[in-house]
Amino acid sequence: MSILVFVEDWNGAYKKASFEAVAYAKSWATMNSNKVIAVTSVSAPAGELAGYGADHIIQIGLGSTAMGIAGQLKELSAEASGIVIAGTSLGRSLAPALSALTSGALSTNTISLPLSTSPLQLKRGAFSSKGIETIELDSTMPIVSFVPNSIGLEPVAGEGNLESREISSNDALEVLSTEVASGKVALPEAEAVVSAGRGLKGPENWGMIEELADVLGAATACSKPVSDIGWRPHSEHVGQTGIQVNPNLYIAIGISGAIQHLAGVSASKTIVVVNTDPEAPFFKAADYGIVGDAFEVVPKLVNALRAFKAAS
Amino acid sequence: MNILVCISHVPDTTAKINFTADGTALDPAGVQFVINPYDEFGLTKALHIKEAQGGTITVINVGPATTEPTLRKALAIGADKAVRIDAIPMDAITVAKELKNHISANSYDLIICGQESIDYNGQQVPAMLAALLEQPFANACVGLSLDNGTATATSEIDGGHATYKASLPMVIGGKKGLVEEKDLRIPNMRGIMSARTKPLEVAPATEGEGPTKPVSFEKPAGKAAVKMVDAENVDELVRLLHEEAKAI
Repeated sequence: MSILVFVEDWNGAYKKASFEAVAYAKSWATMNSNKVIAVTSVSAPAGELAGYGADHIIQIGLGSTAMGIAGQLKELSAEASGIVIAGTSLGRSLAPALSALTSGALSTNTISLPLSTSPLQLKRGAFSSKGIETIELDSTMPIVSFVPNSIGLEPVAGEGNLESREISSNDALEVLSTEVASGKVALPEAEAVVSAGRGLKGPENWGMIEELADVLGAATACSKPVSDIGWRPHSEHVGQTGIQVNPNLYIAIGISGAIQHLAGVSASKTIVVVNTDPEAPFFKAADYGIVGDAFEVVPKLVNALRAFKAAS
Repeated sequence: MNILVCISHVPDTTAKINFTADGTALDPAGVQFVINPYDEFGLTKALHIKEAQGGTITVINVGPATTEPTLRKALAIGADKAVRIDAIPMDAITVAKELKNHISANSYDLIICGQESIDYNGQQVPAMLAALLEQPFANACVGLSLDNGTATATSEIDGGHATYKASLPMVIGGKKGLVEEKDLRIPNMRGIMSARTKPLEVAPATEGEGPTKPVSFEKPAGKAAVKMVDAENVDELVRLLHEEAKAI
């Protein structure tokens, strides 16, 4: 039996997390000499998904909501012995819905490949990154939803056989509209995030934060107090009850590092903290720290990074 | 309007997390338990709805008797009655099935959960519950308005927002934005006094073991000590980020 993997797209383009999902499915499938079935609504040649490990690619008109897609994947799962879904905002609704429909055991917030396949054991984040749980899933129809960007995977090519199918999608939920900021790096998917807090003193000072983000190709974010007082939109608030991120690089400017903030960012691979207060708790969670005034350090850092980019 | 608010009983955000000596469970010693922060937004939203259009708010938890103080606190904040399903669930699907059984035997117009609980961080129960009930579902919900049996819900999606419409009953996975943090209700003395006499029903569990089980828990590897870089020498930071961290 095969591993079924959901390939999410946005406006007809594969999401980056989808390639990770296919590579994850390939790694898992290979442990038991299985194949990978990738399910996508994108009509594109097989090459790209095959490059990440898709053996069969089912192109199908997928619904626009988690419940709608869950019903379709349930039908396709008859051909599979396990399912992989990236933990994107859609995936985080889809995986549990599908688990309820298929009675499949589910691991979300997964941060490892299977440690063993019989029984199936995995590691997942718990207690707001203060704990790691090893979980065991029943073998009926295990579903793994992993944290994007948490597992480095080397792609292994698959066979890439294409097929189209039609399965109708049903959901009582009607989508009235979707709005996605264009031209900006989406925060949950960003590889680098530049985040600032009350140390910036006012919303008019965010120009240099955006400049720093621009140089790094990073998304901008902010602390909770900053979104609560309306300096920045709520959609930029990272931390517990805001958006949780785990980029390769997280730069915190003028954020003291309250535990609620750390809960949403501490899974980031490299953390840089700039703060005037050498006692700021965030330094304890950081890899690199600079004690200094943001208004002096950030422009210098922008210049140094520009010089580095120009030289490399 | 009959509203059910699902309440998780979780370690306080600032709690130090330790596991039992054999590593198979959370060690509750010294841990303060609270209403899951995501659920607080749902509870206050339910109070706003009740105040605007009348109704009854029931809070529910699937857990052992130790979760009752958390349910009492929800009653003190303003819920009308509480239900505890007496179980020690080991996974989300078991919780979702217990909730489904309760909901099927009663009748609710709106079911509000927090999008996730801050203990096991699964983000599983709300979507599972909606799928089991075959009801519409809006996750990461940051805005909800009700008009004559129709709900308009705004949800965070990657990089933006989506707005949905559905007929009630429906299930919400809520978070900050459902109400503003400054509007969150906290118990006052009158609420605490009246909570003592509000009904808290204990119902027996109906489900058996689920398909997943925790094997062990560990703490993440400690981070190496922070490397401080002089504020006058940001080139050194750039070098470290490139050569050592390989982050740029």
